[in-house]
Amino acid sequence: MLNSEIGEIVLRHTLITILTLFFTCNVMSAAAGSIVKDSVQAGGELKDLYFGEALFHASQKRYFDAISRLDTELAQYYGLDEPSLNSLYYHIDNAEFSVGDFELYYRMHNRAGRAIKAVIEGNVEEKVRNEAIYRLAKIYYQKQQPLNALNTIEKLNGEVPEKLRYEEPFLRAQIYIATGKFSNAIKLLKGIEGADGFKAYAGYNLGVALFQNGNEEEGIAQLNKVGLITSGDDRVLAMRDKANLVLGFRLLEAEKPSLAKQYLQRVRLKGPFSSKALLGSGWAAAATGSYDRALVPWTMLATRNITNRSVQEVLLGVPYAYGKLKIYGKAAILYGQALETYSKEIERLDASVTSIRQGKFLEAVIREELKKDTNWLINLRNLPDTPETHYLAEMMASHDFQESLKNYFDLSELQKRLDHWGNYLSAYDEIIKIRAAYYEPLLPVIGTQFRALDSKMKLRTEQRDKLDKRLKKMLVSPRPDFLTTVDERIVLQQIDQIKNKLEKQGLLDVRALHRITRLKGVITWNVNTQYHDRFTKAVEHLRELDEHIDKLNENYRSFVRTRQAATQSYRGYDKQIQRLRIKIRSAVGKVKVLMARQGNLIEVMAVNELENRRRRLEEYQVKARFAMAESYDRATKKQQEQQIRVEREKKKKADQEQNKENNEK
Amino acid sequence: MNIITIKNIFSRLFATHILISLCMLLMLGLANAELVTKEQIKGLDEQVQDIKKDVLGISTELNLLEEKLLFPSSTQISIFFSLEGNTSFQPDAIKVDLDSKNVAHHIYTFKEVSALQKHGVQHIYTGNIRTGEHSLQVSVIGKDGGSKKTDIASHSITKGVGPQFVEIRLTGAGVKFRNW
Repeated sequence: MLNSEIGEIVLRHTLITILTLFFTCNVMSAAAGSIVKDSVQAGGELKDLYFGEALFHASQKRYFDAISRLDTELAQYYGLDEPSLNSLYYHIDNAEFSVGDFELYYRMHNRAGRAIKAVIEGNVEEKVRNEAIYRLAKIYYQKQQPLNALNTIEKLNGEVPEKLRYEEPFLRAQIYIATGKFSNAIKLLKGIEGADGFKAYAGYNLGVALFQNGNEEEGIAQLNKVGLITSGDDRVLAMRDKANLVLGFRLLEAEKPSLAKQYLQRVRLKGPFSSKALLGSGWAAAATGSYDRALVPWTMLATRNITNRSVQEVLLGVPYAYGKLKIYGKAAILYGQALETYSKEIERLDASVTSIRQGKFLEAVIREELKKDTNWLINLRNLPDTPETHYLAEMMASHDFQESLKNYFDLSELQKRLDHWGNYLSAYDEIIKIRAAYYEPLLPVIGTQFRALDSKMKLRTEQRDKLDKRLKKMLVSPRPDFLTTVDERIVLQQIDQIKNKLEKQGLLDVRALHRITRLKGVITWNVNTQYHDRFTKAVEHLRELDEHIDKLNENYRSFVRTRQAATQSYRGYDKQIQRLRIKIRSAVGKVKVLMARQGNLIEVMAVNELENRRRRLEEYQVKARFAMAESYDRATKKQQEQQIRVEREKKKKADQEQNKENNEK
Repeated sequence: MNIITIKNIFSRLFATHILISLCMLLMLGLANAELVTKEQIKGLDEQVQDIKKDVLGISTELNLLEEKLLFPSSTQISIFFSLEGNTSFQPDAIKVDLDSKNVAHHIYTFKEVSALQKHGVQHIYTGNIRTGEHSLQVSVIGKDGGSKKTDIASHSITKGVGPQFVEIRLTGAGVKFRNW
């Protein structure tokens, strides 16, 4: 493979690894603190579908949707009279904690901190509490507040969740290093150095802590150990390279170039630190006076991508070595080539700065198709008129830039949502208008009919209640007369009428009275002898009536609900929609301003980076110019000296020949 | 950790008079550069956090309004889709018919399947129906142990006065339903 191709691969690899290493910390914390996977397992079976929906969003890193869903559920939950009857009740602790967790991933550290604090102060299991403490300490550490992180992590007491077995001491050690408690950090890191997944990270940090604690020899031994780790994981290999590189440069600084060389040579040629290692390797050789040996790594490095800092530096290193080897002519030519390269790169940098200032960088970074690709940063340079991202790679991997860029992405997403919501509100207004136009003329008519039916219903219900009361009384004091049939009542009335008529006519004699009494007696007999049957039937009829009344009441309630729903479908929304419209409008304005400010900050950071690189190149140009002039002088001087020597030789020879001739004469 | 830079080594090896001109150049450059301070970054970050909070608040209000306005509890039906833990049946696509009308269909991405496997629940449909009996038919196309699999299942729902929630659960034995 051609050296330049290797250079391109190395650059691509470097970029990805730098970004990967930057995110390593976050990834590890994600693995440690992620509640998404364990939320349900911790609480057993899923009992609330909407909580499950929030987890669905969070698992796909759609944290806005996840938080919004859970916030809505929590708002409804706390608005209930009896929240214990709600299905979220079974997950309430997890839900509260999850909101904090999702907020953390959504980089709402302030609110996440408050949510997690609430969990810590709440009545929760020891493990949940300890996990919350860990998460809070992590927030403080990430926000570069090591003292707050230290105070928080020291509150941790009792059992820690199994998944934090190594994460917790690792974080604690990081906090100790940040607060200068190196010996505490060393003790902890020694304990987890051999743990799976921590070998390289804990080992490297242990080396750093040892150096900072003044244990120079132990530090060297530790980094040497990390520098020999074998693994198939690219991130671990990158850490191994980093350990070797750091060790190599530390020894170079301590003026032990021979020792330094062996560590620098361990760094992989295709790894993210290979260019720096090649440069260092050359300097280690140069420091021992072996300039010819220095040329081996430097010449290899010089063919790599020119945007790399080490490659730019080595363009001066190679002619410097030739100069030292007294090959001044070649050195002068190479210095000249370096000058030309630097000029071209300065032009590219200027074009990139112009592109950024025209807003093309920001336009490009928020393009959807780029975000879907993990190599988006590399692909960015393939877009027209975008800046040269090779120069921005290191800066883009920095914490501040990443956070600023993510904020910019988030603001752009918020802007899109707010635009959609604005349209939703217009649609809601229209729905309400249509509903009002439909129901307004109908409801008064329906209302009048309903009131008429309502009064009839009330009357019948009262009648039924009277019957019920009467039957209940008859259980205690039987009243057969209440159970006469309509026919019997008519017959009794007719008998009474006949009796009255006969009496008025003076025809009511003993025989007639006897007959009347006998006829009445028949009915009384029937009523009394059939009393129990009639009573049972009356109760049965009342039950039948109850069924009809139940149905009637159900219809009544259904009607009331429907009428209420019809009214609620268009009344009482105006204020709420108006309020939301104002809030959305205000948020749109704020997002716009913040996007402009955030965008400007990103552009300034990018431009500063490019200008720094430009200044560096100008610095190299000055050095190259002086060195080139010096090399030409030396080359000319050497040439002149050579010429003088040749002439002297010639003269000497001529003199000798002359002397010889003279002698012969 | 302080690491020596090549710049330092180079400076040592090069003539000192170059440094003077370099410093001048550097100062000139710095005069033009716009500084970005940590405080600036932090201040802006806090403002972004504040606006996120505001927008989330709006989102919650909108969710509640939408539910009240578009899907009142008396007519609301919400259909969810989930995977049984450890099932080997992985969904590729789903189609949901309610009362013989297609109300939802979805093609799953890798991320979505992974989210479902981590106990996530997909809210696949929300709509309005009358109280009473309704039929639900679900067809899921997917893979089971490398081979293609399709499962079709039906379910009847009795919609009451309150909101109706139905969970479609994909298990090793096929599609199962649960009324909530």
